[in-house]
Amino acid sequence: MSPSAPLLSVERLSKRFGAFQALDGLTLELAPGEVLGLVGPNGSGKTTAINVISGVYSADAGSILLDGRSIGGLPIHRRAHLGINRTFQVPKPFRGLTVGENLEVAAVYSRADRAEIGKCLEFLELAPLVGREAASLNSAQQKRLDLARALIARPRLLLVDELGAGLNPVELQRMAQTLTTIARSGVALLVVEHLLGFLRELTTRVVVMDAGREIFEGSLEVAARDRQVIDVFLGG
Amino acid sequence: MPRGGWYSVGVVLLFALLPFVYGNHALLFNMMMYLVLAQGINVLFGFTGYLPFGYVGFFGAGAYGASLAILLVHLPPVPALFVGAAVSVLVALLLAPLLRLSGAYFAIASLAASEVVYYIVSNPHLVSLTQGPYGISLAQVYNSGASYATMVVVLAMALAAVVYLRNSHMGLALQAIREEPISAGFAGINVVRERTRAWLLSAALAGLAGGAYAWHVSVFYPKSVFDLNISVFAIVFTLFGGVATLVGPIVGTLLLYGLYNWIGISQPEYFQLVFGIVIVLLVLFLPNGLVSLLRRAKIHVP
Repeated sequence: MSPSAPLLSVERLSKRFGAFQALDGLTLELAPGEVLGLVGPNGSGKTTAINVISGVYSADAGSILLDGRSIGGLPIHRRAHLGINRTFQVPKPFRGLTVGENLEVAAVYSRADRAEIGKCLEFLELAPLVGREAASLNSAQQKRLDLARALIARPRLLLVDELGAGLNPVELQRMAQTLTTIARSGVALLVVEHLLGFLRELTTRVVVMDAGREIFEGSLEVAARDRQVIDVFLGG
Repeated sequence: MPRGGWYSVGVVLLFALLPFVYGNHALLFNMMMYLVLAQGINVLFGFTGYLPFGYVGFFGAGAYGASLAILLVHLPPVPALFVGAAVSVLVALLLAPLLRLSGAYFAIASLAASEVVYYIVSNPHLVSLTQGPYGISLAQVYNSGASYATMVVVLAMALAAVVYLRNSHMGLALQAIREEPISAGFAGINVVRERTRAWLLSAALAGLAGGAYAWHVSVFYPKSVFDLNISVFAIVFTLFGGVATLVGPIVGTLLLYGLYNWIGISQPEYFQLVFGIVIVLLVLFLPNGLVSLLRRAKIHVP
């Protein structure tokens, strides 16, 4: 099988906040259905990368191409229409709306019908909570709701920001299976994650970041033996 | 009938029929006016989270727009009302960049903007156009009954707008924007466009109310249609009843404007006191308004 054309390609992306260079020429590529882990110490620019790719922040320099088409200047909803979606480190559901309404909101644009919403609720184990206000859910449930809201929008590229944090081992195991199922359906995943055990369940390919740039790309196993990666993680 | 539809029909019929059995038409008219303004605040604040302290600016713009259409273009009052609403919408379009601000900044900026409109209208240099500080007289078209009936129709339109928002994708999208604008964007909602639509709808309702008010009183000064108290009353009535519902602003307006007429006119000093206490109790114990009591009792509020 020939390598498929990249769905996402990010080239020399830079973003500065005041004196802090959060991204400094980040370059990466992602094929449809592929899972790429994005790891690195705190402040290395992982979440900023997701924020810039998803349009929450605009980039200072560099390009973001989806299917070879530049999307760098588009607002969030246009990127969502093109198939980019995401979850948040701290989940951001519509707190005053019910679980069902949270998904209905996202279904308006994607035209997902009741059956699809029902299937998504089942898939993320939210069906029994459908009438509950989102604010009343616990943190693990809110994370699944965040993910459900993203899925209803029919993403082709899903940016997942520390979905594992705060989940117990059983929940982590289930979340890894969920994400794997999503990737097998053809959705590309860019996964920012501190929990390397969790990440290992999802993918072998990682990009290691430090100070806003890529210092390693390859398999998680090789990364664990890479001198530079070890130095960065141990603060050497 | 959509959720809340029957309540709306009931309220409109009530105000259409009460004048036949109850003599204080000025009270009924003003109550309708505040019901419209409270629902206009509700459209904006309840569904998008923006609190417009300068809301009266749209009311005044509507009053002047309609009046000048009658005086200068010699339009009949009812079409003139729509000119008034169009003027309010135009002002809202000019002020749409304010929606980039959030929280208290928006509230203060909208207040300042309404003062700007007021000073333009009341400017003595514009006497030939707006009559400046000397105010407007529409004596030649004065018609108490017809203007009352018009306000009943405006009330019906305001309630219909909120019933629509309570039952439509647009209303759900606006509530999503109020809760989490970024997530709303990822749900595919064009946040800027939907917010602006709510802003313009809210301005149009205030403009219609302003035009109907101008026709009904027929003589007024710039100060009386740009009176900040109108904003404050409409906001407090809305919050007291409970935002983002149809029923909340209705209940809030009927109770508090009723209270105002009961003691506010005969003993204004006590009214200020009672009003103040009511607001403090509201903020402390019922920040989501009276309807939150019903919600706690698991009663669905349209």
